[in-house]
Amino acid sequence: METFLAWASTLCISIGVFLGITGAVGIFRLPNFFTRLHAASVTDSGCAFLLLFGLMLQSGFTVPTIKLCFILVFFLISSPTAAHALSKTALRSGAQPTPSPREDR
Amino acid sequence: MNIGAHYNYWVAIFLMMTGFYVVITHGNLIKKLIGLNLFTTSVFILYISLAKVRGGTAPIIAPGIEVYSNPLPHVLILTAIVVGVATTAVGLALALLIYDRYGTLEEEEIRLKDDSL
Amino acid sequence: MELIIDITLLTFLGLTALAINRIDKLFCVIMLSGIYSLLCASLFVTMDAVDVAFTEAAVGTGIATVLLLSTIGATETEQRSAPRRPLFALLVVCATGAILVYGTMDMPAFGDPNAPIHQHVAPRYVQQSQQEVGSDNIVTSILSSYRGFDTLGETVVIFTAGLSVVGLIGFRGMQKFGDRQRAAGITRDEMEQHLVLRIVIKMFIPLILLFALYVQFHGDFGPGGGFQAGVIFASGFIFYTLMFGLDAAMRVVSPRTLSYIAALGVLLYGGVGIATMLMGGNYLDYDVLRHDPLHGQHLGIFLIELGVGTTVFSVMVLIFFAFSSRKGLRQ
Repeated sequence: METFLAWASTLCISIGVFLGITGAVGIFRLPNFFTRLHAASVTDSGCAFLLLFGLMLQSGFTVPTIKLCFILVFFLISSPTAAHALSKTALRSGAQPTPSPREDR
Repeated sequence: MNIGAHYNYWVAIFLMMTGFYVVITHGNLIKKLIGLNLFTTSVFILYISLAKVRGGTAPIIAPGIEVYSNPLPHVLILTAIVVGVATTAVGLALALLIYDRYGTLEEEEIRLKDDSL
Repeated sequence: MELIIDITLLTFLGLTALAINRIDKLFCVIMLSGIYSLLCASLFVTMDAVDVAFTEAAVGTGIATVLLLSTIGATETEQRSAPRRPLFALLVVCATGAILVYGTMDMPAFGDPNAPIHQHVAPRYVQQSQQEVGSDNIVTSILSSYRGFDTLGETVVIFTAGLSVVGLIGFRGMQKFGDRQRAAGITRDEMEQHLVLRIVIKMFIPLILLFALYVQFHGDFGPGGGFQAGVIFASGFIFYTLMFGLDAAMRVVSPRTLSYIAALGVLLYGGVGIATMLMGGNYLDYDVLRHDPLHGQHLGIFLIELGVGTTVFSVMVLIFFAFSSRKGLRQ
């Protein structure tokens, strides 16, 4: 059981780190604001969630696990809301969801 | 090893000097205030690096732990952080007043518009 | 392992500082300064300064960024002039940096347990604070009890900053609710447009305020205390203001009430000192507050942390209200 938890948490944390790095690369390489926002929210939702979940698996059934659970729920609700607020404001200010050929970086 | 022993202090000094450079070269008042923030935060890093004890932990007494990091610089820096944000708030209020009076936040333009300077 | 984390964080700090220097758009610079504060908070955690990290994350990343954004919202968002005399400044900065680095040569190695800083008064705090003051968090016991005078001074400094900002900027246009539509806050259609934000914020504000109270009262047992709690409580109110408008927020708690609360906090702190003097001890000597020194210390620390928390909360919200009521930002 212990080794299974250790392996599972290592796997979660590794995938989370990979998602974080891809999110960061995406912010630089993608052409449009909305695609970049999508990459950033992958970091918010995927990377943070998997990291916290992996840490929860590592600490077993103790008080820090409950605190991590609270943080996880908070993150799951607040990060997509932040992305929603950003995209709504961008849409209102005139940024287009479809990249045009003249789109600047 | 020498570099590992002093690396924290040197990076704190580098950040301090970057903040200093931002304050003295840029003309925009808000940029200057942010540079000042950089400066003060780097001093915090210097103090907290001094307080760390190798093998110690956070200064909250827990059963079974013998070595704690020095809590006294932590207290001083706690005060300094809050005083720093108070100073930034007053500085920003002054910047707003200057903008109302002169219409710009750039130092050169303010100097041109103000007759007494 | 810790060394690698240390070196990575410090490198990122250096890169962020260089980026702050180079970029012209003030909005990006402010975001970078928020990232800088958060990296500093992470660095403080790796260096075992958990209280300091908490305060830096709450104050530096939260309040400072909000105030800076309010300022550029009311003024201008781009820096227009080029850096003046950069080479001379670089020379001055390098010379100063070289002198400072030469000064650090004599400093003790990072983490050395035999450094002079750990020899004099710090071992007494670490070993005896639990018997003398009774709290698990040594930083709280030093802050509130051993160095209570400094904290009183700091509370007065925060109060003075609030006074200065209100005196300098004041609250424009809030004296008379002449326009009824304005006084009603944002309109129905606007509220329906921001449906997702409205619901999420309504869900979060009670949790934020509850967490602030938790931090306030658990300063004895873990990282926390008056400052962090005051800032988190204020951020709940700032959250409400950002969603529902300044008029609605000012009807919840008016600037006049906030001024009274701020003064009350400082009065509470100073009043505890006067009370201890009236009971026969020195100023801010909590041992005489109760029948037993430990209980007296507990009561004293509880009261002054309450004073600090209320002053910090009201001053932060006052400053935010003052900044938000500028002409450029009123919708």
